[in-house]
Amino acid sequence: MLEKLGLFPAAASTHAGRVDALYLFLIGVSAFFAILIATLIVVFAFKYRRRSDDEQPKLIEGSLALELTWSIVPFGIAMLIFLWGAQLFVSLKTPPKNALDVFVVGRQWMWKVQHLEGRREIDELHVPVGRPVKLTLTSEDVIHSFFVPAFRIKQDAVPGRYTEEWFEATAVGSYHLFCSQYCGTEHSRMIGRVVVMEPADYQAWLSGDGRPAAGANAALATNAAAVSVATAGEGLFKDLGCATCHKSKPGALGPSLAGVFGSQVQLQSGASVAADESYLRESILNPDAKIVAGYQPVMPTFQGQVSEEDLLQLITYIKTLRSS
Amino acid sequence: MTSPAHAEAHAAHAEHHQLGFVRTYLFSTDHKMIGRQFLFMALFMMIIGGSLALMMRWELAWPEGNVGPEPNAATRVLLKLFGDASSGDLPIPFTKWIPEPYMYAGHMPPEFYNAAFTMHATIMIFFVVMPILVGCFGNFLIPLMIGARDMAFPFLNMLSFWVGAVAGVLMLAAFFVPGGAAAGGWTSYAPLSAVPTYTGVTWGQNLWCISLIVLGASSLMGSINYITTIINMRAPGMTYFRLPLTVWSLFITAVLLLLALPVLTAALAMLLLDRMAGTSFFLPAGGGEPLLWQHLFWFFGHPEVYIMILPGMGIASEILPVFARKPIFGYRAMAFSMIGIAFLGWIVWGHHMFQSGMNPTLGTSFMISTMVIAVPSAIKTFNWLGTLWGGNIRFTIPMLFALGFVAMFVIGGLSGIFMASTPVDIFIHDTYFIVAHIHYVLFGGSIFAIFGAIYFWFPKMFGRMMNNFLGYVHFWGTLIFYNGTFFPMHIIGIGGHMRRIYNPMQYEFLHPLQHWNVFMTVSALGLGLAQIPFVINFLYSLFFGPKAERNPWHSNTLEWVAVTPPPHGNFGPTLPTVYRGPYEYSSPGVEEDYLPQDRLLSDRPAHAH
Ligand code: HEM
Ligand SMILES: [Cu+2]
Ligand SMILES: [Cu+2]
Repeated sequence: MLEKLGLFPAAASTHAGRVDALYLFLIGVSAFFAILIATLIVVFAFKYRRRSDDEQPKLIEGSLALELTWSIVPFGIAMLIFLWGAQLFVSLKTPPKNALDVFVVGRQWMWKVQHLEGRREIDELHVPVGRPVKLTLTSEDVIHSFFVPAFRIKQDAVPGRYTEEWFEATAVGSYHLFCSQYCGTEHSRMIGRVVVMEPADYQAWLSGDGRPAAGANAALATNAAAVSVATAGEGLFKDLGCATCHKSKPGALGPSLAGVFGSQVQLQSGASVAADESYLRESILNPDAKIVAGYQPVMPTFQGQVSEEDLLQLITYIKTLRSS
Repeated sequence: MTSPAHAEAHAAHAEHHQLGFVRTYLFSTDHKMIGRQFLFMALFMMIIGGSLALMMRWELAWPEGNVGPEPNAATRVLLKLFGDASSGDLPIPFTKWIPEPYMYAGHMPPEFYNAAFTMHATIMIFFVVMPILVGCFGNFLIPLMIGARDMAFPFLNMLSFWVGAVAGVLMLAAFFVPGGAAAGGWTSYAPLSAVPTYTGVTWGQNLWCISLIVLGASSLMGSINYITTIINMRAPGMTYFRLPLTVWSLFITAVLLLLALPVLTAALAMLLLDRMAGTSFFLPAGGGEPLLWQHLFWFFGHPEVYIMILPGMGIASEILPVFARKPIFGYRAMAFSMIGIAFLGWIVWGHHMFQSGMNPTLGTSFMISTMVIAVPSAIKTFNWLGTLWGGNIRFTIPMLFALGFVAMFVIGGLSGIFMASTPVDIFIHDTYFIVAHIHYVLFGGSIFAIFGAIYFWFPKMFGRMMNNFLGYVHFWGTLIFYNGTFFPMHIIGIGGHMRRIYNPMQYEFLHPLQHWNVFMTVSALGLGLAQIPFVINFLYSLFFGPKAERNPWHSNTLEWVAVTPPPHGNFGPTLPTVYRGPYEYSSPGVEEDYLPQDRLLSDRPAHAH
């Protein structure tokens, strides 16, 4: 609706309508107050301008009733906006369980995207229409921000941690993807696109025999297409020697990782921590930060040996390990 | 017995004999001279900051000198004047002298654009708005308005200015070091700012940190002085609730400065260590946390924005009653709402970080604290309107700027609500909507208040009146071109135009909005030209303006009781005694429509405010 007014770019996600409605409401409230105040200033300026030099205005030092009115009414409106905004915000920030996972790594000055099935792309993101997609973002260098105006989403990709964002595209097509956080000299060239496809086309694209990927993506896409992220992670898990300590045998040097993802881990310090992606990441890069109860701080750090993509692969692999 | 006026003149005269040029004009410990020094330094810095802004605007309208296929009429005129009509090349005028690699024959590379917006904002915030509001008017007005002879610590006061001047030199020096000036944005988010190779800037960024650390020391000296002076040196009878609202606002500002600046200083020191000593406070590879910078920066940064607007609010509250010839509406509510804003200002910093991946519950708490600030702001706005209501308004230049302040502050405040609403902020964060907001509060707010204050107190500061005609031209030119420059930023921001992008034409998506960029740039040029009558007026009136009388606006506060311009020691042999609040205009039973704070009415009991 708003795009017709030329006020907002095209709307192509389930978020868009809900954000635009709140926006429109705010426009209404602001227009009301702006016009009210502007009118009062102009009317007072004419009505109460000085007509003669010895005229003396009536003495008014204040009015409690009026002051209470203009405290309570704005307070009520502010709380209304808060309630509306807060519930919308929480729902915009809570990805549905069935969302498709996609990993995004930012770096100066490009977006690297990795699909679970193994396909990779640069500065492009292919997704199916009508299905929630959850992005897990991080960065290799500075902070970037993943901004798709048509979806009304924007999320910083912060080095050293994972952030997430989700959306559900509602129309097939190609949409602009920008970096909105200033990230250095060529920030304004960090431009990409999101391609929304019919689910069948998306499946075909994933397996690499769909439309050929354009330009720089072609080489990357074809050679990586075969291996899924989890399989690649399994390979790394072996190559880096993780498996030598993390075995499900009694007496192993490291705890078994089967079923660890999503569980509560008991720590040596007595505290317990929810094992999410960030915890796994920290345990690989900075193993001494949190020692699991019953184990020694013997694990070496893998900082510098694994790239952000390797980490995502390892974590995805660990997530597939179910407790038997 | 000599008359008081004679004694004052004599004292002032003696002063000149005692102190030579250096002690009178350079290393003066007189609060009024220090205030003037801050004013001159800041106006000079404003020219630099403004030139950088105009260069950026030029680049945004005609990126890399390219006027596009269908230049509009204004562009064609500029092309005739400054460009090459045959090739459609429109380099930035008057910049050919800037050598490579900063500029290429009037064409700006992205490195320089990034340094320009970083330095523009840093200069405007730290070396223009703060020095004028706090350094100049804080210094000039506090002792005069509370009826004191000087600041509590005059020597510290002098030091505060000169340390600030050193900071200014360090900041400007950054333009001349290899690698160029800082280019991390005025917010200098780590890790971008923490590792030289990420921006390619080396000493520029180091100097930026060092300059702001030094400036922090200057501000601390100032704020300690203000707080001590206001608490201890009020004239007899000057109770807290008889203080002019300007003094209230400067008092609260000084407290905010005292508490907020050390946080910035600590963060800057950590950043400098990360850059130069190999620490990893903000670098994840060494176990550091990039978001720590944002928390520290905005924990300082949000109070900082109130540091820049509260004195403006105080100034507007001073000017409106004088020219409406009415008491300020709800004096106590005005003071308490400023205190409320100052308290709330400490618990809202997270609203700058909604997109950083913060937990939605935390985001929601920052959302509600931010929303609540709307209430004291609304109280202030409506009380200003209440002050006009039923008044007897004189449209002097300061009054026009004060009215402009109220109107522009309302727009800036309302756009703040959009950004406080997290779902909408997800969309507009880091777009031009933010740039619009910043400028409505800092230009429409602080700078309008600064202009109002300069026109209002110029007679007291320099003993001469400013010219009215040039003042009207300045006001209307500024108001119109200011809105032309900044209002469309809301529209393009909602259209998805990001901030801090060097070349909008790189984005096919933004092509339909490009005509706005041209429009805003032409308005910005108008805004720049509209400042010329001000410069002429200021300089001409300084030397040749008509001599000002003691109280040209018929105002009540104590600075107008002192002779014009006030001598060393301000008030002659005895300090004034205060009998009433500062805003008793048009009181019944008084002959004139004003009643100075120090006038004793024998037939009427003193009216406590
Ligand atoms: C002639 C008047 C002015 C013009 C034309 C102007 C223009 C601009 C432009 C083009 C930008 C950069 C936008 C981008 O991110 O790409 C900017 C940023 C900014 N300006 Fe101004 N400006 C003016 C006056 C002021 C004043 C008086 C202040 C402060 C009191 C100010 C404070 C800022 C701030 C805080 C930013 C944000 C910088 C950032 O995001 O890093 N500006 N301005
Ligand atoms: Cu970027
Ligand atoms: Cu803030």
